[in-house]
Order: sequence, then C-alpha cells, then structure tokens
Amino acid sequence: MRFRTLKDMPKEDYFSPGNTLCAGCGGILAARIFHKVLGPKVAWVNAAGCMTVTMSYPLSPLKSNWLYTAFAAAPAGAQGVRDALDVLIAKGKIPASEDMKVVVVTGDGAAYDIGLQSTAGAIDRRLDFYYLCYDNEAYGNTGFQVSSSTPYGSSTKTTPTTAAYPLGNTARKKDLFEVWRSMKAPYVATLANSHGLDFLRKVEKGTGMSGPKMYIALAACPTGWGFDSRQSIELEKLAVATGIWPLKESVDGVVRHTVVPRVLTPVEEYLKTQERFSHLFEPAAKVDALAVIQESVNKYWLDAGAREGFQVKVPEPAAVKTPSR
Amino acid sequence: MNGKLLTGNVAAAAGAMLARVDYVPAYPITPQTEIIETIADWVREGKMDSRFVQLESEHSMLTAAGAASLAGMLYTLEMLYNVSGWRAPMLLANVSRGVAAPIVLEPDHNDVLAARDSGFLQFHSETCQEVTDLVLLAYRVAEDRRVMLPAIVNLDGFYLSFTREPVVLPEQRAVDRFLPPYEPVGPMRATKPVSRGSSVFEGHLYSYFRYNQHAAALKAKEVFNEAAKEFEDLFGRRYGPVEGYMLEDADYVIVMSNSFTALGRQAVKRMRERRVKAGLLKLVMVRPFPTDEIASLLRGRKAVAVFDQNLAPGSGGILYPEVAGVLYNMKGRPDAILPVVGALGGKQTSAKELDAVFEEMVAIEREGKPPAPMFLMRRDEMTRVKKMVSVAEGTG
Repeated sequence: MRFRTLKDMPKEDYFSPGNTLCAGCGGILAARIFHKVLGPKVAWVNAAGCMTVTMSYPLSPLKSNWLYTAFAAAPAGAQGVRDALDVLIAKGKIPASEDMKVVVVTGDGAAYDIGLQSTAGAIDRRLDFYYLCYDNEAYGNTGFQVSSSTPYGSSTKTTPTTAAYPLGNTARKKDLFEVWRSMKAPYVATLANSHGLDFLRKVEKGTGMSGPKMYIALAACPTGWGFDSRQSIELEKLAVATGIWPLKESVDGVVRHTVVPRVLTPVEEYLKTQERFSHLFEPAAKVDALAVIQESVNKYWLDAGAREGFQVKVPEPAAVKTPSR
Repeated sequence: MNGKLLTGNVAAAAGAMLARVDYVPAYPITPQTEIIETIADWVREGKMDSRFVQLESEHSMLTAAGAASLAGMLYTLEMLYNVSGWRAPMLLANVSRGVAAPIVLEPDHNDVLAARDSGFLQFHSETCQEVTDLVLLAYRVAEDRRVMLPAIVNLDGFYLSFTREPVVLPEQRAVDRFLPPYEPVGPMRATKPVSRGSSVFEGHLYSYFRYNQHAAALKAKEVFNEAAKEFEDLFGRRYGPVEGYMLEDADYVIVMSNSFTALGRQAVKRMRERRVKAGLLKLVMVRPFPTDEIASLLRGRKAVAVFDQNLAPGSGGILYPEVAGVLYNMKGRPDAILPVVGALGGKQTSAKELDAVFEEMVAIEREGKPPAPMFLMRRDEMTRVKKMVSVAEGTG
C-alpha cells in the first residue's frame, strides 16, 4: 500500500500557491490532493465553476493540462481528450509516455444538475476517466444559489430565509453517489479533505481500475457557508463526525463505509458553525427542522450499519415530526 | 467519369474516409443518420481506420470532437462558439433540416445559418459530388496554420442526403497528397502542458482573441482559393467561393445556395429562352462571406434577387442584408435588390415561383418601383393549407 499514514502524502504540488480561489476553499484543496496522487501527467477537463476562474489568461496555477469546455459538457470533453490520446498513441503519432490521466473537475452545479446527462453518457460508454466533484452544496461561483446538492434547511441566495419560508431550502440533497452507482460506474467514492489518508487511498484505488472513477469531495466553502476560512478542515471533520457526510466507496456496486463514526455527534454541532444554517438556531431553535435532519442522518447510519454489519450510536432527536411539504 | 451513385450522406462519409479522419464522435438525427451508420459500418469492417463513438447528445458530440481535435445544430450552438474559440480545426457535416416548431424533416437553412456568427467556416453544397469535394477542401482550409478554425460543410436533408447522384470519388493517394496529416499547434501533452479555454476577464484581451478569429476567418478565403487551384490540378474539378451561371451579360441575377440552386439554373435557362438576360450567383462559401466576389460579379446588374431559404421572423431572409451590405457602398451597384424568401421546410418550389422572381425583377426595373419582399407560396398550396386548417379547427 502506497499510503500508510498521512505523512505518505506526496510532497509534489501541481497547483502553485497564489491562485484566485477564496482562502480556505475546500474545492481547490481537494483538487490539489487528488493531483498529488495522480502525479504530473494529467489533463483536467472543466465545466463552469469556481475552478474555471483560476485559469485566467495569461496565468495558470496548474502544472498540468487544462481544458475548459462548457457547463453541461465536461465529461464529453473528457471523452474527446481520452479518445484523442488513445488514437494518437495507437497510430504512433505520440509516444505512450505522453499518455495522461483524464480528470473532469466540476462543482456540484455541473455534477448534480446541468451536466448529469453528459456524465451519464460517459458512464454508459465506460469512459476511462476520473470525475472529481467538489461539492460545496450550491452554485458557489455565482454567489451561492441553490443546487440539487443543497441540503435541507440551508439558506441560499435563491432560497432565502423569510417569514414565509423560515427554513430556506426544503428540498432534499440529491444522492449523487447512488445516482452514479445506479448507472454502473465501477468505482464511486466520497472524500473529505479532513480525512486525508482515506482520501489518498481512494484516489490510489481508482488508479488501478479502468472505466469511470467517480469522486464526490466535500468542499467547505467559507464565503457561501459563512464561516471563518481557518475553520474549513474543522468543519469537514464535523461533517464526518455527525454522519452528515458519510465517507464510503462502491466497487462494482458493492458499498462499504470507509470511516464509521461509532458515536455520532449531534448534527447541531455542525450546523451551528455556519451562517447558512443560522436561522435554524435564531432567534429560537427550530426544533422540528433540526429533528428532521437528525432523523434522516440516524436512519441513514442505522440502515447502513444493518447492511454492512456495524453498530452506530445515534443521538436522540430533540423532537420528531414529518415536515410539511 | 467513373461516377458511383451515392447519396449525399454517403458522399459525406466518403469524404471523411478519404480525409483519413482519426475520430468520429456522432449522434443520430434525421436526415443525417445514414452518414454515421455508414461510417460506423466502415470502421467496424476495418475499411476506415477511425475511432467511432456515439455520444448522448449533439452538444456532447461536438464537445468531444472539439476536445479531440457530424446534427441538432441548435442544441450544440454553444459548443460551436467554444470549438472555434479553441481554434480546433474539426469538420462538421450539417444536413440541413427546418427548425421546429412545427416539426418538419425537410430542409431550409435556419439551422446552419444560426451558426453563421460562431467562427465556423461554412461551405454549402449543391450536389453530392460537391459534398465529397467540399469535405476535403474544408479540412484542408481549416487545418491550414493561417486559419486554424473549424468548418461546416452543409448539405440539404433529403434533396441531397437521400438522393443518389453520380459521385466521382478521388483516388486515395491523390487525396493524401492534397491533405497531408494534420500537425496540431500547441497540442495538449503530458510533457508540455497547456491551458485551453482559459478565462479572460478584460475586454481588451477578449477583443484581441475575437479579432484574431475574424482575421483567420477572412484569411480562409485566400487559403481556399490556393487549395481549390491545387484541387483542380489533382482532380479536375474547379471550385470558388462563389459560382456564376450565365452571368457574363446578365441583367437580372438571382443569388442562391445549396441544392435548390439547381432549380435556379433551370429558371435562368427558361428566362433566356424568353430573351430575359438572367443569371445566377451561387454562394459556395458563406463564411467567410465572399464579399469581393459578390461585389465584382453583381456590379452593374439591373436587379438582383436574394433567395433566402430561411426566415428570420420580424426581419426577413438572413442572407439578404448580408448581400445588400456588400453592395451598398459600391460604385455601379445594382438598381434594385429584391428580398425573396422561399422553400421553407423543403417546400417544393415550382418553375412558376422562380420565374415570378425574375419577372418581378424586370417589373421593378421597368417601373422603377421599390422592391417589396416576396414570400413564395402558390395559390394551389394555399388552398391545401386552408383545407388542413379547417380540418384542424373542426370546421372542414
């Protein structure tokens, strides 16, 4: 095994310091770690999002290749790059040493919403590529509007909290892990920057497989979520400890949780750290909504434990009530 | 002539094979599906050394094509701009079809002309032979270092796509001479990374790159003319950005493009029998727009009609203002420029309709009246339309 401890994280960095993303951005950190595992020979294929603006002519923080496509089409761009490399190598037009790992990098807007069709096509065709979705649970680059990744109870710029809409967003976060798994992607994994070793091992595992390798990385977003940029890693730790962000993988459809929080921290501990959830606590705690969130986390882990044979101690929700739709 | 009977679709596929295309990303849609079925067959039979991939949309198809360096043109419109911005010299065969709603299968040119501002070069074919030949010419021009822009070869759905005509297929060895292997500029390589499609946040940078695209597109005409000369030497068929028919002494000229041009030629002949000095100017190249050729060939004519097989509701035909714009600042410009819209959705266009266009030009010239736009539709067609409408309304 290449990664025994976090100290085994490769020293090489393929993103130069001084890029244009926000301080504390979980997305760029995930891309950096991802790149460290894959090594230097990478072609990134991007759809519109926060990463897009880091490649700002004539500067690039990246030491590997970059192609911006369009919002809906990054996996199709990856198809073109992968096929071009295969054809050029097969026809002897470039040496095999010029081969690259092709990585789609997008935020959740592209991955969960507008780009889902082209992702489905790439998975159907068993395209040999990596997909890294940095999930900050909203359209971050345009100022934090709701996406189908936005969790229940989060306020966003397009689901603001008002007297008539006290909870902000009341839609449930789409389960992209299960969507991708149902499309028969051979490898699907979730990642958190706070759990580096788990992160490294999952990317490493993908390198040994052919076909679509799909990753969803939690991307703490200081500006969108509303927290001090120094707290990014702490927040991601809490997301995992509360069970809100499960770390897991699916190999040929078989799911395994790679980090099991034996005693779940109450969801409030995570939610109260962020401005986007502040209406759940002020002026008074919205007990019913908090209970809905805790209940859904509890049910998730109890079901997962029953399937995989582990035990998780879950917190008691303050109150239990089915939310009105 | 050792012509084989080929449909326009197969002629396009043959052009791609002769051009030794490495990569064919595709998506099925009437009336072009035969192109991709033919290529898929050839690839699977080992006759064509290409990778064929069927994607899940036209939008993705073009993304893959551009990223690697055939249409629901409108769905992929966004990617046309991207691919030309990447300066990726790929070729897109567009089989024209009228745009929904209402749904129609037969051609007009709203689809391909929607791409007129995308930065793709555009070549429009009248015959199946032209389809094959223009595919080869378009690759040659697109891949030229002075151009480096993607290109569209347009052929009309049904009228060419499913119509068999004799096509002389060029010899592979000669094609290889005409179209040497493509050497990319600044390709994406593991050992020499590049960024493509970077953002530019300042208007002056953006303007610079856009002006460059325009300059390259303009240069494409000169490059096309060089290539066309070599093409004629090798294959014996001559192409220009425009083609004149009985233009020498013509007083009344109709400007047309694509397969319906054949009907225009017949109208010219009929007019000549009636001693009307009629002529025709066919647009082969639509982007870059062949302004000098149009200007020099239309100078001094009494009247010109622009036959637009497309409609911009609220404006009229799309090509009319482009032609008028060329002529306006010219000395000796025609006395009148008549806008004509016709053959929408592949509407059958009778001899009488085209004759009426010439008759109108003559009348305008004789009576000195301002040209009023013509929208072609025959009385018998209108009678049928009214019957259908009454059926739809439950009153028939």
